[in-house]
Amino acid sequence: MASDTRKGDIELVAVTKRFGDMVAVDNVSLRIPHGAYCCLLGPSGCGKTTILRMIAGHETPSQGDIRIGGESVAGQSPLRRGTAMMFQAYALFPHLSVLDNVAFSLKMRGLDREERQQQARELLTKVRLDHFADRLPAQLSGGQQQRVALARALITNPRVLLLDEPLSALDEYLRLRMRGELRRMQKQLGITFVHVTHTQLEAIAVADMLVVMDQGRIEQSSSPDKIYNTPRTAYVARFIGGQNVLSGKVESVSDGIATLRDAGGARLTAPVGNARPETGSQLYLSIRRDRVEVAKTAGNVADPGEANVVRGKVHSIEYQGSYAKVTIDLAQPEEFVANVSDVDFLRAPVEIGDDVLARWLPAHVRLLEGAGGSGDQRIYADAELI
Amino acid sequence: MHSTADQSRPWTFYALAAFFTLFVLFLYGPMIVIYVLSFQGPNGGLTFPLQGVSLHWFDALIKQERTGDIAGAFRRSIGLAAMVTVLTVVLSVMAGLAFRRRFAGAGLVFYMAIASLIMPGLFVSLGIGLVFQMLGVTPTWYGSALGAQLTWTLPYGLLIMFAVLGRFNRAYEEAASDLGASNWQRLRHVTLPIVLPGIIGVALFGFTLSYDEFPRTVLTSGSSNTLPLEIWAMTTDVTSPALFAVGTVTTVISFIVIGLALTSIALIERRRLRRVSSLDESSTVG
Repeated sequence: MASDTRKGDIELVAVTKRFGDMVAVDNVSLRIPHGAYCCLLGPSGCGKTTILRMIAGHETPSQGDIRIGGESVAGQSPLRRGTAMMFQAYALFPHLSVLDNVAFSLKMRGLDREERQQQARELLTKVRLDHFADRLPAQLSGGQQQRVALARALITNPRVLLLDEPLSALDEYLRLRMRGELRRMQKQLGITFVHVTHTQLEAIAVADMLVVMDQGRIEQSSSPDKIYNTPRTAYVARFIGGQNVLSGKVESVSDGIATLRDAGGARLTAPVGNARPETGSQLYLSIRRDRVEVAKTAGNVADPGEANVVRGKVHSIEYQGSYAKVTIDLAQPEEFVANVSDVDFLRAPVEIGDDVLARWLPAHVRLLEGAGGSGDQRIYADAELI
Repeated sequence: MHSTADQSRPWTFYALAAFFTLFVLFLYGPMIVIYVLSFQGPNGGLTFPLQGVSLHWFDALIKQERTGDIAGAFRRSIGLAAMVTVLTVVLSVMAGLAFRRRFAGAGLVFYMAIASLIMPGLFVSLGIGLVFQMLGVTPTWYGSALGAQLTWTLPYGLLIMFAVLGRFNRAYEEAASDLGASNWQRLRHVTLPIVLPGIIGVALFGFTLSYDEFPRTVLTSGSSNTLPLEIWAMTTDVTSPALFAVGTVTTVISFIVIGLALTSIALIERRRLRRVSSLDESSTVG
């Protein structure tokens, strides 16, 4: 059962899950390498929890196969799969002491009292809760409960730990602390973690591998920095946050650079590689908020004519310490934000209502695939990222 | 408004308080009268005034002077209530667990169970009595009366289990399976202990419903009376305060049963809380 002798790589092969007429997971294939910290990220109802529960064996795929360590785990119990799950809100047994909660799995395996209590105590020491062994879960704080849940899951010596929204029951301060703790724990144990969350910041902070999901499908799967710097679609760019999504119609293409005209008449350039987008077709681009420069302009200055410069009015300013978040109203409906470094902002401050020019370097523009979607602000409500 | 209006209560307060007092008097007054009169002196009658205070009528009750087989009726009632309690608990818990899955015909079974709550008890009793007679089976308190009472206690128990299991978080069961518990271990170590206070509630209901059940027992208990039937019989031919002594004794028994149930629930809760150690709260991390 030792985790070092078992490989904890997970493979989903064309997995579909239907609940009645509803397709929760739609033909998803995914490979999570052994020892990775993988985050499944998406809005509620995107199918991320269903994937987690299928890996755990609490749901059965309607189609497709799940393999752990190269072997199909269809029909196997969670224990045989070598997975352990940390439930949302932890589901600690309310009638058992902390020690008995952690020792539960050993009791089910028929270990005698002394042996299981000793093993449970060792794990409680690891999560620094040994002095709370005799308490009931209800007598612990949220953070302590989370550590008990972690110890209870780890006592089965799993090769894969599945975490369902593990930080959502904690307050802001603990959330930040515990996510670092989880990350540290995962590196120490060297087992695969699969962590489901709808919070972008949390996912980026902990994951080696980030899987962005929408409506039962994977939108993009890569390392957090790749996803942040090169979002594949407008959906990913908006959901992961920290990005501006712009669009325009193609006017010309030369040397792998397309020139677009946006709704407000500004000229934008975008790297298109070997693709030859048709003239007049709509393309979507993303620019990181912190790559945008903002400068005040006198009201009636003529169009600068330069590419990658847009004109607008400052809508709101939020000072954030190391930077200022400047929201600018452009001719197009989508929100446009520049994160101006505090040095630049304090040197040349702007005020709400100022006419400004926002500019960026062509090298910072990313071309997005597919249609732009709606830019539904509801989904991206907490997509605030530096 | 007047400056005193803030301090004084509105007239409706006094009207409602008076009404409530009347209600309480109506509820408990007759019972208290019976308890007091059961301590009537040896020469006293069924009404006030008390002719001294004595335990004479309790003594008469035990010695069965001029009373029926009260002790036997009491034993039968306790035995019947115990059987009803056990069967109600076992069957309601199992049915409650079964109803969590939408098995085929679940709706029909549910409505049939509830229908027997609506059916007048006397007709249930009459029907069961008739069927036993047609089949040539002698009705007994431990046979036909047991069945008749279960038609009453089982739907109640089932409804309580719905409420209890409705609040039960299924994640506990998934966590147990995740940690390697078999279906049986999961039930034994997780589900039942967590819903135990609710199960005691079902037991309490089963016991008290059976213990004082009259209509469903009257035509099904055969030749031996249960306590409520015996008391009913006594009201027609016993004209001494021994009747009141029966009331006092049965009330005391009821209180003991309720007390036992509440104590056991409290003990379970306390046993769970006793684990609080006097550890320093300030050493709490995270």
